[in-house]
Amino acid sequence: MDSSRRGFLKIAGLSVIGAAGGSALVARGSETEPAESSHDDAPASQGTRLAMVIDLRKFSKNDPQLKRIVDACHTTHNVPDFGDDTKNEVKWIWPEEFETAFHSQEFHYVRDDLQGKPTLLLCNHCDNPPCTRVCPTQATWKREADGIVMMDWHRCIGCRYCVVACPYGSRSFNFTDPRPHIENLDPAFPTRMRGVVEKCTFCEERLARGLQPACVEACDNDEIVFGDLNDPDSKIRQLLSEFMTIRRKPGLGTQPEVYYIVEDPRSMQEMAPAVVVSEEGGNHA
Amino acid sequence: MLEKALSGSRTYWAWMFSLLVVIGFAAACWYWQFTEGLTITGLSRDVVWGFYIAQFTFLVGVAASAVMVVLPYYLHDYKAFGKMTILGEFLAIAAVIMCMLFIFVDMGMPMRIFNVFLHPTPHSMMFWDTVALGGYLVLNVLISRVTLQAERRGNPPPSWIKPIIIFSIPWAVSIHTVTAFLYSGLAARPFWLTAILAPRFLASAFAAGPALLILLAFVVRKFTDFDPGKEAINKLATIVTYAMIANCFFVAMELFTAFYSSIPEHMHHFQYLYMGLEGENTLAPFMWVSVILAVVALVLLLNPETRNRETSLALACAAVFFSLWIDKGLGMVIAGFVPSPLGKVVHYSPTPPELMISLGIWAIGLLIVTGLYKIVLEVRGEIRH
Amino acid sequence: MRNAGMIIGGLIIFLILMTSPIWYNALFGTSVEPPKVESPPNGSTECVEQVEYMRAFHMDLLNEWRDKVVRDGTRDYVSTTNGRAFDMSLSRTCMDCHSNKADFCDRCHTYMAVSPYCWDCHVEPKEAL
Repeated sequence: MDSSRRGFLKIAGLSVIGAAGGSALVARGSETEPAESSHDDAPASQGTRLAMVIDLRKFSKNDPQLKRIVDACHTTHNVPDFGDDTKNEVKWIWPEEFETAFHSQEFHYVRDDLQGKPTLLLCNHCDNPPCTRVCPTQATWKREADGIVMMDWHRCIGCRYCVVACPYGSRSFNFTDPRPHIENLDPAFPTRMRGVVEKCTFCEERLARGLQPACVEACDNDEIVFGDLNDPDSKIRQLLSEFMTIRRKPGLGTQPEVYYIVEDPRSMQEMAPAVVVSEEGGNHA
Repeated sequence: MLEKALSGSRTYWAWMFSLLVVIGFAAACWYWQFTEGLTITGLSRDVVWGFYIAQFTFLVGVAASAVMVVLPYYLHDYKAFGKMTILGEFLAIAAVIMCMLFIFVDMGMPMRIFNVFLHPTPHSMMFWDTVALGGYLVLNVLISRVTLQAERRGNPPPSWIKPIIIFSIPWAVSIHTVTAFLYSGLAARPFWLTAILAPRFLASAFAAGPALLILLAFVVRKFTDFDPGKEAINKLATIVTYAMIANCFFVAMELFTAFYSSIPEHMHHFQYLYMGLEGENTLAPFMWVSVILAVVALVLLLNPETRNRETSLALACAAVFFSLWIDKGLGMVIAGFVPSPLGKVVHYSPTPPELMISLGIWAIGLLIVTGLYKIVLEVRGEIRH
Repeated sequence: MRNAGMIIGGLIIFLILMTSPIWYNALFGTSVEPPKVESPPNGSTECVEQVEYMRAFHMDLLNEWRDKVVRDGTRDYVSTTNGRAFDMSLSRTCMDCHSNKADFCDRCHTYMAVSPYCWDCHVEPKEAL
């Protein structure tokens, strides 16, 4: 190739790269800067720290309330229903058996009433979320103001790294177009498109209108309690101080903010009503 | 120089044309995936990364392996590799392009790929992997072009390229380290949460890459006047040997930690791979083939007679390549997902369209390697006319 | 220059092809009016901002709303034209008045051969479904 042809190709190639890079820089410059995103385990100093307490004592096997709660979430948010198709399924909140939900406990003996007990699982909106740490475009991030791990479906590139990083299986990818699998399309909330990852967002759009999350509203007996951990007078703080709660895979350091009440204190009272719990925690049953 | 890839013998064109046919079928499959979604693959809610990402992971290693010829030649003046460095760099270029293509076909929203650059995210390893791979491609294109152009003119290469070449050495190590970091920092995946993952990646890369390079050198020699020289081949074979030993040692270390500690979360993934779990044993036959190939390879490589004889060396290199391809290109990624974070054993196997698209990308890589090698061989006057 | 005939001939053919939309429509096409869009069916005459501004910049406005709502968590918009407060929502604010998507949004979009991907997710008003 003689030098003028090579020169032409060089200039053409550099122009393409320059145009692409230049337009990227211009686009970045004219973009609204997003709010501060937090992915580290910053202490919950300012704003609210939203969390959930799920009271397992209030659920029994085949409890119709479970379906009511799941449907409340899924219909509010146009979550597609794939039936038995576990390959393509999308779920924001769903029941698993107790032993599966806490499978790292490697249970050998389980109290009778806990065997197979339905346990509602959802995104834990961790305080130290691994999913937001790995997202290459900040399409998912932890909101400073209230601690919600949020999703931006306009930005998600569908790489599924967040799904890989989540230790709880809370995230679903849209392998196919969800619209045909949505029975009652609610125009008040968008659907998602094929190719993005989705999960529970703690009903942030309802919270903005002063409403409770849909799953909480579907409860009639405080099965799910939702509130601000930074408010010492909140119901959730009261529950957490009164009951022993467990969280999923706490040893991973993710600081999940969904707590599960397992123990029934009435049974504790019946066993040893006169025992006073000492400073050293002397009540060893 | 590029026009040299556009002329050739009947054999050359027959080979390129068959690759283009494969690519055509793959493109049609990809278009179907683009309109239907990734539902046409074997991926599922629990196994979200599969064959595509496994190929990507393996090929980053092949790309990084160019450093195994560049380092001895440029840093230690090992003259015997003089003819091989550009072949290593061209192989790296093809491998990096294949990596990028495998990522592209795996994305849910490929048209949004620009978002990775519009919203750079320093705390995400995937961002750094993009930077590292992109930079590596630019480095190799620049280095190979400048050195080949100098060779064509009969001049020594310009002095400013030398520091860039030296710089490409740690860069090559870093591309595969950052790819390992994609996996080894995830609390959710105990199978990958091991400090030895990055060393294991590098060891397998430095075995599989040079093994492929040896095989390519033999193939090229069959069709042209190119001859890498006995010393270069033997030295590369030695490198493959040591890297393969290191890799197999690392695998053994992993097995010890998992099974001596008997922590279920660590054991289960290895059990799934080699024995099957709860009846799900799709990968087990492949993994045992990988083990057998590794043993065969080590036997042939450790014995200097078989290592230095070309027929047995070629067999050993093929065994190394396929053993490590199975280990990294099939086992490593998929086993991270089975069992799932909830302890469930799920099935994954790639579907025909998934395999066809992958084959098409491999064909694109072969196309690039063939074209680039054709150029350098024409420049050196080693094509038989 | 060598092959001058081929090069100049090729350039002329190229120019003819590239300008074909212009000369073809001028010679053979019917004159196409810019599309006329229907007013909101609910009789509303006041938009978020002035009509000329919306015509030119509704895409930027919607992008700004998208980022403010999704990424900043704020939902209140105060119009610079009439000072009214609006909920920054495509589905609930814009489509509340412009529920006749086919006679409003689509008219210009089809004319300009633009297909915004908003509607992949944001549910179209029931009249259009």
